Amino acid sequence: MNKTAKMVIVLTVITALSGGILATWDGVTKPKIAYHQLQALKAAISDVLPSYDNYEEKDINGNKVYIGKIDGSTQPVGIAFKVDGSGFQGNISIMVGVDPSFTSITGIKVLGQIETPGLGTKIVEDPSNKADPFWFPEQFGGVVLFPQIDVVKNSIPQNPNEVQAISGATITSKAVVRIINDNIQQIKDSYQSAN
Amino acid sequence: MAKKSISLSKEFLKGLWDDNPVLRMLLGLCPTLAVTNSAINGLSMGLATTFVLLSSSIIISLLRKVIPHQVRIAGYIVIIATFVTVADKFLAAYLPEISKALGPYVPLIVVNCLILGRQEAFSSKNGVGRSIIDALGMGLGFVFVLVVLGSIREILGSATLFNIQVLGDWFNPWMIMILPPGAFLTLGLLIGLGNWLNERKVKI
Repeated sequence: MNKTAKMVIVLTVITALSGGILATWDGVTKPKIAYHQLQALKAAISDVLPSYDNYEEKDINGNKVYIGKIDGSTQPVGIAFKVDGSGFQGNISIMVGVDPSFTSITGIKVLGQIETPGLGTKIVEDPSNKADPFWFPEQFGGVVLFPQIDVVKNSIPQNPNEVQAISGATITSKAVVRIINDNIQQIKDSYQSAN
Repeated sequence: MAKKSISLSKEFLKGLWDDNPVLRMLLGLCPTLAVTNSAINGLSMGLATTFVLLSSSIIISLLRKVIPHQVRIAGYIVIIATFVTVADKFLAAYLPEISKALGPYVPLIVVNCLILGRQEAFSSKNGVGRSIIDALGMGLGFVFVLVVLGSIREILGSATLFNIQVLGDWFNPWMIMILPPGAFLTLGLLIGLGNWLNERKVKI
């Protein structure tokens, strides 16, 4: 057998086998990966909305919103949706829950971020605050969206539309607020026009 | 055939110390520096790399006479990439938390020069048995360094070890240790320590 033919045959066989193995393995793992993603989504929605019995997924103008409902009631308890934007080092994605009239936030949860470990990551969890490691995301619960959310530094928020910045991570704190402010109007408009 | 006279136990132990992939050969430094901000991340990365190294070593040493010399690198990379993808999907499906923490560094095992280096230097020239021993030794040597590095950085940087608090509230964590500079500082000191121990061994 000449050399060139051998090279072609050997490489073809190796890649074909590799493809077969990967296709089979993908079939095994795909449902499990999808299941974990769904669980993570459900956990995020229940974290940001008041307690509900089930939620309805709706696609409005390309934005997915999750509407929390209580059995026997037509009025939803809140609406959750995912927003994205740039933080200090990269993309931050946040699940936001608001009340059905879009006046105040019911809760937020940071789903993905690559902020500075130990500083910017306090938007997810702050291990240095032993009494309340989740103080940053938790303070968004009840914050009023009108006229917009504001960040205050080094003081306790006085107004219902203010949240306190993380010291040492002001840019990240402001980014979270900016991402919510920037996206909420569009989602509000499309949600209200669809209903 | 003087090489074959190296005993199997020596073949295994060389990966742990004398030819340790990180401390002695400085291979695979990208994941070593990037993911060792905690002990558990170091351990998972080490084990994933060991799995890929072991599986590819077995296949490549079996195929060493079949793969033509001119296309060996292409062949090795396809085999390595296959096992990396298997490991990546496995973590995503069964250990989603760890998969999230390691992020893109699992797919990047493909370009870890430790793995391709061992195939080129060892598996393509030795039988399956020896290749398995070599891969296990090298893999465990890699795990060992990653866990030590991750533990030091996690204890000093977050006051915890494997997510369990080990230092009291009096200790103010050194933020720098879990940031990239902490990886360079700790690795530099570990390599220095390794060299110092080796020098002493030679003198005695």
